[in-house]
Amino acid sequence: MSVSTAAPSRAVGLPLASRLAAFRTEGFPTFPILILLVLVFTAVFAEFIAPHNPEVGSLSQRFKPPAWIAGGSSTYLLGTDHIGRDVLSRLIFGARVSMIVGFTAVIFAGVLGTALGILSGYFGGWVDQVIMRITDTWLALPALTFAIFLAAIVGPSEWNIVIILGAVYWTRYARVIRGEVLSIKERDFVRLAIVAGCSKMTIMRRHVLPNVLNSAIVLATLMLGVVIVTEAALSFLGVGVPPPKPAWGLMLADGKKGLMAGYWWLTVFPGVCIVLMVLSANLLGDWLRVKLDPQLRQL
Amino acid sequence: MKRFVLRRLGYAVLTLILLSLTIFLFVRVTGDPTVLLVEPGASRADIEALRQDLGLDRSLVVQYVGFVKDVIRGDFGRSFYYRTPVLELYLSRLPNSLLLAAAAMAFSLLIGIPSGIIAAVRVNGWWDSAGKIFALLGLSMPSFWVGLLLILFFSVYLGWLPSSGSGTVWHVLMPAFALGWYFAAAHMRLTRSSMLEVLGSEYVKLARLKGLPEALVISKHAFKNALIPVMTLAGINLVLMVNVAIVVETVFAWPGIGRLIYEGISFRDFPVVQATVLMNGSMVVIVSLMVDILYAVVDPRIRYER
Repeated sequence: MSVSTAAPSRAVGLPLASRLAAFRTEGFPTFPILILLVLVFTAVFAEFIAPHNPEVGSLSQRFKPPAWIAGGSSTYLLGTDHIGRDVLSRLIFGARVSMIVGFTAVIFAGVLGTALGILSGYFGGWVDQVIMRITDTWLALPALTFAIFLAAIVGPSEWNIVIILGAVYWTRYARVIRGEVLSIKERDFVRLAIVAGCSKMTIMRRHVLPNVLNSAIVLATLMLGVVIVTEAALSFLGVGVPPPKPAWGLMLADGKKGLMAGYWWLTVFPGVCIVLMVLSANLLGDWLRVKLDPQLRQL
Repeated sequence: MKRFVLRRLGYAVLTLILLSLTIFLFVRVTGDPTVLLVEPGASRADIEALRQDLGLDRSLVVQYVGFVKDVIRGDFGRSFYYRTPVLELYLSRLPNSLLLAAAAMAFSLLIGIPSGIIAAVRVNGWWDSAGKIFALLGLSMPSFWVGLLLILFFSVYLGWLPSSGSGTVWHVLMPAFALGWYFAAAHMRLTRSSMLEVLGSEYVKLARLKGLPEALVISKHAFKNALIPVMTLAGINLVLMVNVAIVVETVFAWPGIGRLIYEGISFRDFPVVQATVLMNGSMVVIVSLMVDILYAVVDPRIRYER
């Protein structure tokens, strides 16, 4: 194995701290921000950018390959699917679905988790016990299975998915935020606020919340990737966004119909979109984590 | 030690109760469960009979106790589609799921551990950067998409591997790769950071001072200790794999638990969905309990915490 041939490298002698620091100092994430901006732009202006209606196809134009391949035409730049819908237009509108579901679910989970985390950490006692036991249980549940179970009960719809994803993922925020609140509430500015006669509500809102916001934002960015992959998986299984809508996960499910016939564009392009979005969110999240919140680095 | 085990056991039981309560309540709160539990195309009389049978006229508490009693007796009801007890169905699929998980785990460790070690030994070098890119891609590419790409390449273009089903070694390869892909990245990350920590420790310095060859220091002193957290994670991940496999099993038509859940959803076979979710959730709870207790046995410091 390669281990036995490894010679002492130049870095091994360095103290651990500086080596880790070297790993962590990374430049401004131009690439991920650029991609996210492009995706937001296409999501907002989908109507103006998309060349065709994403939900209507013509059956005479089924399974057209991308324009640069023999048999493709420049009307359908990235080809068409099994009922003749334009893949490019569906990808563009799919960005909107992913953005809406991703952002609202992350915000929903974030607000719920942060609020419960603050309550739990600040009040302590039985409030803390109850909230944390529920958090632990939900954390113990395998997220994807749980989401599929909920989706199977309530039925497929875009907003049901948002609620389900929020309900499944709020626990991650609650755990981290509670931990932070535990240390914040012992700090002098909180004690001063108590002495000054502020109500508990005011202290939590004005003094605790602003101090945990950084962590919440970092977590939210990192959760964005998770949420988008989960949404794609749910849609792929048929319990996510309902069919005529152009969601990337749904496109992959449709693309499977043409997979064995070699219609690769139906599988490759939606997947590339998902990966680009998730990758950008992860890279941005990693960078934010280093910049905003040194305590979260170990997460 | 005894107190720690007891408390941890108490938490696990509480979690299991909350888990069953969650599933029980969600089924009932979101509407009349007879609609979910009755077979499609059932007559009005059938629905009435089932409602009586389920005791939906009684209070929620009585219903819950009955539900738990049934579960403990191993009675999860009957599948509409297969017309067999759900438990039988679950147990017949379990070996396939475990086989797939074991293959995926073997693959993820074979890739993850060596590349993690090389990345740590040559930290900030070329290997380390390649490893970072691999880890990022692993965490960003959905496993089912990896599966679809594999089918496209190895089944459609090259025609080397079967695209779906089970039975031979060739059938296992692609699903195991697709499923292990994400975990390989996670195992690589942990191996790397754990190796870095160990390489900076006093006893590794001592081993070097003694004049041991670097290869021996890494393979014997550092590697063995760095492996502990990786193996723990792998143990937990093995169970998670059975759960995450739903989408991969669907892609490859692999007859495991995940496929069972998917079939349950598509055929509106609700007893199957309910039972599999409950069983999978319980499995995660029980394994994390075992890991915690094992850890406390190995590392006395943990017992005295909290």
